[in-house]
Amino acid sequence: MVPLLSIGNAPLSLEPLIALVADRGHETGSDGAVATFLGLVRNHNAGRRVQYLEYEAYEPLALRAFERIAEEIGRHWPGVRLALHHRIGRIEIGDASVAIAAASAHRANAFSACRYAIERVKQIAPIWKREFFEGGDVWIEGATADPDDEMARAKAERAACA
Amino acid sequence: MRVTVRLFARLRDITGASELGRDVAPDATIRSVWRQLVAEFPDLRDYERSISSAVNADYARMDQKISDGDEVAFLPPVSGG
Repeated sequence: MVPLLSIGNAPLSLEPLIALVADRGHETGSDGAVATFLGLVRNHNAGRRVQYLEYEAYEPLALRAFERIAEEIGRHWPGVRLALHHRIGRIEIGDASVAIAAASAHRANAFSACRYAIERVKQIAPIWKREFFEGGDVWIEGATADPDDEMARAKAERAACA
Repeated sequence: MRVTVRLFARLRDITGASELGRDVAPDATIRSVWRQLVAEFPDLRDYERSISSAVNADYARMDQKISDGDEVAFLPPVSGG
């Protein structure tokens, strides 16, 4: 069975996530929208020609981070169901590194929850990408991971609700 | 007492190991373990202000006390997504 939240080496696609979160039953089907996000490895970054990325994670803590993000979404957008899968290992240009689906009765909450989830992944999930480009490689370092940083969380919320 | 230190991304490159066993003082905190590592691997000092940490795969503050057998993880700034 496909879990709602996962991290692993397998290629990602959105369809299993949509199937997981969307309630489409004739009697139970109260969802009116599924918003999805697929993060792709692109061939350029900071003026460099990227050849591929390698992702690594502290997996048990990454899963806890995803659970925390799902809980935050549950508090802010009650009734939204979230699925979030992150891939690690070597990922080629054009392939997906992260897939997210958020289902809700109405589109506004689905879009917001989906955007919030990716913003929070980038802020707090213990996952790192190493960029291999023509002539070298570099670890990409973004945010200091602090799930209790309320300023960062509020920033993610503003992005989600813009 | 003895703890297991987990290191990721560039911190792992600096120390040359993803996992290290280290003896620490009985009243050790995450910060004192970090300082012990910085003394051993001076290049880690660049991360003094930007790391975060975890104990037994749960987020933790640097002033948290640790116990014998704990797994202490140091996380450089993250870049998932």
